[in-house]
Amino acid sequence: MGNDLVLRVVTKWLSPIIVLFALYVQFHGDYSPGGGFQAGVIFSSAILLYALTYGLDAALKVIPESALKICASFGVLLYAGVGVVSMLKGGNFLNYSVLLSDPVAGQHIGIIIIELGVGITVASVMILLFFTFARRVAPE
Amino acid sequence: MSLIVNIVLLVFLLVMALAVLKTRHLFAMAMLFGLYSLLVAGLFVVLDAPDVAFTEAAVGTGISTVLMLVTLASIRDGHEATTQGKSRTAPLIICVVMGGLLIYGTHDIAELGDAQSPPNREVAARYIEKGQEETGVPNLVTAVLASYRGFDTLGEVTVVLTAGIGVLLLLGNRKKIHVKSKGGQHG
Repeated sequence: MGNDLVLRVVTKWLSPIIVLFALYVQFHGDYSPGGGFQAGVIFSSAILLYALTYGLDAALKVIPESALKICASFGVLLYAGVGVVSMLKGGNFLNYSVLLSDPVAGQHIGIIIIELGVGITVASVMILLFFTFARRVAPE
Repeated sequence: MSLIVNIVLLVFLLVMALAVLKTRHLFAMAMLFGLYSLLVAGLFVVLDAPDVAFTEAAVGTGISTVLMLVTLASIRDGHEATTQGKSRTAPLIICVVMGGLLIYGTHDIAELGDAQSPPNREVAARYIEKGQEETGVPNLVTAVLASYRGFDTLGEVTVVLTAGIGVLLLLGNRKKIHVKSKGGQHG
């Protein structure tokens, strides 16, 4: 949380790239290594970097804490919601095959949605943890 | 080739673990733990487990190091670990016994890459043969985690959320944390 110019410039350039990489890991997880958990952690590391360089208040302006709390729960809800939808469609809980008329396409869309849920929850919880810890640091 | 990489990584891992034991400076300790995780991530890559290596590098090296540093920053003037002449034999015995038990336990694990071991013969074979056909997802790790074992992953995500809620309940409200002053005043 210093005033180093180099850190500030590097962070400004680096954090969007990290976010972009997180989105790549999230949505390319079916083809390459990665998935929701990894993407969530990478996304949160971008916010952590920003908060470490620009301070907690600046980071809270980017993502307010109340939104994080809602997102953390929403991810789990999205995941379980896919399971409930598949039950309503006549399959077992979390059996994605019944989501669409084509079982394989149903599996694919189910996996993408639940990975998104995992990513949202993990990213929000990680950032929340950091914010909660960082608030305990007494101001200089 | 992978044997040489393995040996180098494991030797560095050992050096790092000893360095963590030796150092008295908590800041250095946190950074060394980060390096330790990075080496473990390297080992996972050698074991052809890039998904796990990804997680280890991001969580072990990134997030947990930052969390440890933030914790250190919040306990100011506490950056030195001191041991006050306590007996070290009991912890040593516990560590040696625990390590011995773990090494003994590894004998029951199937040989790495053994095609005849039960996990590789039964479920893994089915995942590899039918996985892509049934889920349409080329990355088998994703297929297994998200589809075949979707219920497990739902549990994992719930654990992450529960951990977050726990930390929020413990540390979220600042006013409740402060220890009551000696004068008997509240807050």
